[in-house]
Amino acid sequence: MWSRDRWQEMFYTLRKNKLRTALSGFTVAMGIFIFVLLFGFGNGLKNSFETFFLDDSTNTLWLYPGLTEKPYRGFKAKRRIIFRNDDLTDIQQNFAFFIQYMTPRISRGALVKHGKESNNYTIRGVAPGHQFAEKSIITKGRYINQNDIIKKTKYATIGRLVEKDLFGNRSALGQNIDISGVSFKVVGVFEDEGGDNEERLIYISYTTRQQLEKSNDRVDQIIVAFRPELGHAGALAFEKKLSAFMRKKHVVAANDRSGIYMRNVATDLKETQQFASILQLIVSFVGLGTLLAGIIGISNIMVYVVKERTKELGIRKAIGATPKAVVGMILHESVFITTMAGYAGLLAGVGTLALIGDSLEEFFIINPYISTNTAIGATLVLIVFGALAGYIPARRASKIKPIIALRDE
Amino acid sequence: MIKIADLHKSYAMGQNSLHVLKGINFDVAAGEMVAIMGSSGSGKSTLLNILGMLDVADQGTYNLDGATIKDLDETKAAVYRNKFLGFVFQSFNLISYKTALENVMLPLYYQKVARKERIARAQKFLEQVGLGPWASHHPNELSGGQKQRVAIARALVSEPKVILADEPTGALDSKTSYELMDVLQTINDQGITLLIVTHEEDIAKMCKRIVHLRDGVIVTDEKVKQVKAIQHVE
Repeated sequence: MWSRDRWQEMFYTLRKNKLRTALSGFTVAMGIFIFVLLFGFGNGLKNSFETFFLDDSTNTLWLYPGLTEKPYRGFKAKRRIIFRNDDLTDIQQNFAFFIQYMTPRISRGALVKHGKESNNYTIRGVAPGHQFAEKSIITKGRYINQNDIIKKTKYATIGRLVEKDLFGNRSALGQNIDISGVSFKVVGVFEDEGGDNEERLIYISYTTRQQLEKSNDRVDQIIVAFRPELGHAGALAFEKKLSAFMRKKHVVAANDRSGIYMRNVATDLKETQQFASILQLIVSFVGLGTLLAGIIGISNIMVYVVKERTKELGIRKAIGATPKAVVGMILHESVFITTMAGYAGLLAGVGTLALIGDSLEEFFIINPYISTNTAIGATLVLIVFGALAGYIPARRASKIKPIIALRDE
Repeated sequence: MIKIADLHKSYAMGQNSLHVLKGINFDVAAGEMVAIMGSSGSGKSTLLNILGMLDVADQGTYNLDGATIKDLDETKAAVYRNKFLGFVFQSFNLISYKTALENVMLPLYYQKVARKERIARAQKFLEQVGLGPWASHHPNELSGGQKQRVAIARALVSEPKVILADEPTGALDSKTSYELMDVLQTINDQGITLLIVTHEEDIAKMCKRIVHLRDGVIVTDEKVKQVKAIQHVE
């Protein structure tokens, strides 16, 4: 198998039959190239999908008050449910065991000014725990802290793009900004992987927000983070208990989804992950299809190659080539070509993916890639099938009697 | 050298079967030069193919240099062909992408002879057929007569006992044919047994024995006085 003579004979044959060599090599290289590209795109799609859904903490329950849709215990439908500060303390007291942290959120739009620059932003009144719920990354200064809550300070933590909008390249830290006519001092700047909108937010203490609104004690929504060690089942149980507690307190029917709406990110996450695995399935399917097309291409080429060489093989047999030698020669050639061409296609595909990089982000393809194992596995599959596709016609050719192969057309 | 007895061969032609060889008895001694003649369809090529182990008989015995040729599988047949026989075909059957020298080297490749020795031996036989200077030419750069001489060198290179030639002059003009017969006669003079299928009377007369086949049986088998081809070559 590895004798030098045999390699020499093979290289000679390949060199002297450039068209044939190029044709079969091209099919294989193309098959692998397209496979790598499609598979990489599929992975890129998955990546962008994950950044959409996974920039927030996954162990949180979100509670939203709304209008009841059902009459209950003497109350008419369409009654507005309002969360207040005592809901926060009640939840904290009754469910301390389950809770990692919790935070209210009060969102208001406001015109924000600094010097001559001004813009409209969403201002969120929050507690310190909110930083973890949103996975905000502090790059300068600090987030809103417990002291801000107690003292109702006029401090603000602003998003990266707010700083850019209002301060240009200067640092906003320690500067004052004007939020709807009230001056706040910037104590921190944050970044967020959730995209531009998430970085055009301003966080202030929720107690400050309440004080600005005639010292009321209302909160818009409550975000409760449960301990991650509860697991999915524990989280569902906690969600059920919390839901029952809040519905009893606010006199809302158990099946009234509008009065108090609860969103469990853990459940969302599970659905998201299911969708992601379906996406993976589609990607794999596309990949397999491409691979199959490649295999069929190689098989066709091999049948053609062997057919074209029938006479040559007949001559070789007449002057002493054994059937084994004939099969061995064709296999040796086909495996060599598919290996080389497959490798070339692999490199070209991976190179193209690297070149594309994040340039297709607007088509929801982020960082397309293919794992080394998948790529090499696919190449091996093509090589094996290329050999098989060559073997079958080669075997048939090796069995043809020389006189039939040599018969003049 | 060759002993065949009661050789039968038929081909299936759809529903009918065509009985081509109907009991051939035929001996060839070492060093003979036999012409097998007959009109087309007489079975002469079939006989040669069976002798060359390119085809198998339905019935009868075949003995080549003391070995009984029977129930050969493809691998064994290939080895025997390589060791005992050389072939010359009407249409030359050279491999087009190999040079003259490489074509001649090929049988030795299958005998696993080392490359250096392959080259040396192939070169020697190319020179013997007068094509030394054409060693690096491809078949499409050679004339019909030259191609056939390359084929003869290829048949000779494995130093066979018998050379089987199927209409070796069939594709050549008469002058080239005589030159080629001269080469074959020289080979025969060196002791190699030659069987030549032909339908040309003058070519047959350059052999030492003429066998006539008709409808699958031998009708005449006679020794003749060999005409030297060199007389016709000027």
